[in-house]
Amino acid sequence: MELESLYQEVILDHYKHPANKKLSPDYTAQVHHVNTSCGDEITLNLSLKDGLISQVSWEGVGCSISQASTSIMTDLMIGKNTESALSVLGEFTSLMQSKGLAKGDELVLEDAVALAGVSKFPARIKCALLGWMAFKDAISQSVTQQEK
Amino acid sequence: MTSPIDVAALKRDFAIFDKKMRGGKQLVYLDSGATSQKPRQVLDAERFFYENNNAAVHRGAHLLAEEANEAYEGARQIVADFIGAGADETIFTKSATESLNLIAYSFGNSKPGSKFHLKAGDRIVVSEMEHHANLIPWQQLAKRTGAELVWFEITEEGRLDLSKIADVINKKTKIVAITHQSNVLGTINPIQEITQAAKKVGAVVVLDACQSAPHFQIDVKELGIDFLAFSGHKALGPTGVGICWGKGEHLSEMEPFLTGGSMIETVTMTDATWAPAPRKFEAGVPNMAQAVGLAAALNYLSKIGMDRVAEHDALLTEYALSKLVALPGVSVIGPQNGLDRGAVVSFTIDGIHPHDVGQALDGNGIAVRTGHHCAWPLMRKLNLVGTTRASFYIYNDLQDIDILVQSIGEAQKFFGVL
Ligand SMILES: Cc1ncc(COP(=O)(O)O)c(C=O)c1O
Repeated sequence: MELESLYQEVILDHYKHPANKKLSPDYTAQVHHVNTSCGDEITLNLSLKDGLISQVSWEGVGCSISQASTSIMTDLMIGKNTESALSVLGEFTSLMQSKGLAKGDELVLEDAVALAGVSKFPARIKCALLGWMAFKDAISQSVTQQEK
Repeated sequence: MTSPIDVAALKRDFAIFDKKMRGGKQLVYLDSGATSQKPRQVLDAERFFYENNNAAVHRGAHLLAEEANEAYEGARQIVADFIGAGADETIFTKSATESLNLIAYSFGNSKPGSKFHLKAGDRIVVSEMEHHANLIPWQQLAKRTGAELVWFEITEEGRLDLSKIADVINKKTKIVAITHQSNVLGTINPIQEITQAAKKVGAVVVLDACQSAPHFQIDVKELGIDFLAFSGHKALGPTGVGICWGKGEHLSEMEPFLTGGSMIETVTMTDATWAPAPRKFEAGVPNMAQAVGLAAALNYLSKIGMDRVAEHDALLTEYALSKLVALPGVSVIGPQNGLDRGAVVSFTIDGIHPHDVGQALDGNGIAVRTGHHCAWPLMRKLNLVGTTRASFYIYNDLQDIDILVQSIGEAQKFFGVL
């Protein structure tokens, strides 16, 4: 089976013990995203304080890829400023579009490089990106809100 | 019990089974509920049409136009015979989805006074187990006209709850749109009970036969229905062709859905009149080669015999149910035995999301469907995010099910849930 190449140990660990999976009571922005092809859903709360991402928390149902990917993403993003958060997000998005050719920079993406194998399975890329796209949306909503 | 179909011999008609899947595995195709594979005879029929008869039907006086016409109208007759209908009542569309929209939009276009005109106070009945294709057109028609949408619920067992049938189908009811067989639960619904209730109040019955027409003998008169829809591509036919059947008396009173070429009688700059059915509902140059391909597909099925197809399906379904029901950590969704149940078996595995189940099975060359199966309201009712669905057809055998069962065990081990 090629399964091991897709489901790395790190992914299964995050799936079984997801990080930050409990919605915080306060937030700058809350978003809800759905993967229309499979019905997976996520709600994500993001808090922005002095330009830094102070909190990312979430709730949702989904496959191991979407759950692990979201968990890894929250670990990565908390403590970053919006600019570097968006640059990490950009790197992850291109890794997902790499059709199995890229490995991903571990210095930037940390645990998220374990998801590199997903890029070989077009049907699963949306799963891996669900939490990240919710995060991107939450960032842009937070920024607009703070500008007001 | 052994199958009346020689699967090994039949499979040679389907080139796709020569394909090597990931890791060199053989294809175990358990997704015919989504779309069936196509035998060579269907592809040959399409190619033959393009290479020998291709011309726009209903137009032109040249030899090819005549031959194309003959092929297309011949295909119509074959489809009509397949469902026990008249050729003039059998409309080619591009899919079942289009067929159902055709009916809904035609009703929506009807003028006050027409028996199809809907208004506030009228009622449209569907069920909780409908595919989106037989829910949304009616839901939206209700919204546009002010009619009320009501539905049959499902029982614990996954059958239609007809206990309140006289309340659901009441005097206000104008349309009952119902699936013959659920694409998720496999349940085959008792259509005659519904058509009897509908007849009493003068409502029309629209049957979604997507999952039934390819699998067992259908006779529109025996069923007592008013309209029927199915897709060619689930019945060994090509994509891009569907069927909409309606009783002649209805079709002649109905407004068209799509307008344009070929569907008219006369046209001036400010007005137009319609050709009689079926042409009234076939605007534009139709999918001719696909219609011819569908006829070849139905001929292929008829040659096997629909009673044999049904017997073969029943054998596989019983076998799959008996195996899956016995597996630890696996729950079969819908009726647990083969009674009034078609060749579709949905299940969930404790601790593994359907998407991951599908991926694990794919690793062994098995193609199944995962997710909400275009039946989101049903998933909500069942309190599920999705299921994994194995569906069977004439090219499957018991060994395919054994491979499925074994692979489920491997997946449970891999994800550490057993
Ligand atoms: C029960 C049922 N109804 C309607 C449809 C829609 O068919 P199509 O997508 O071919 O129009 C399907 C196919 O998925 C189905 O299973």
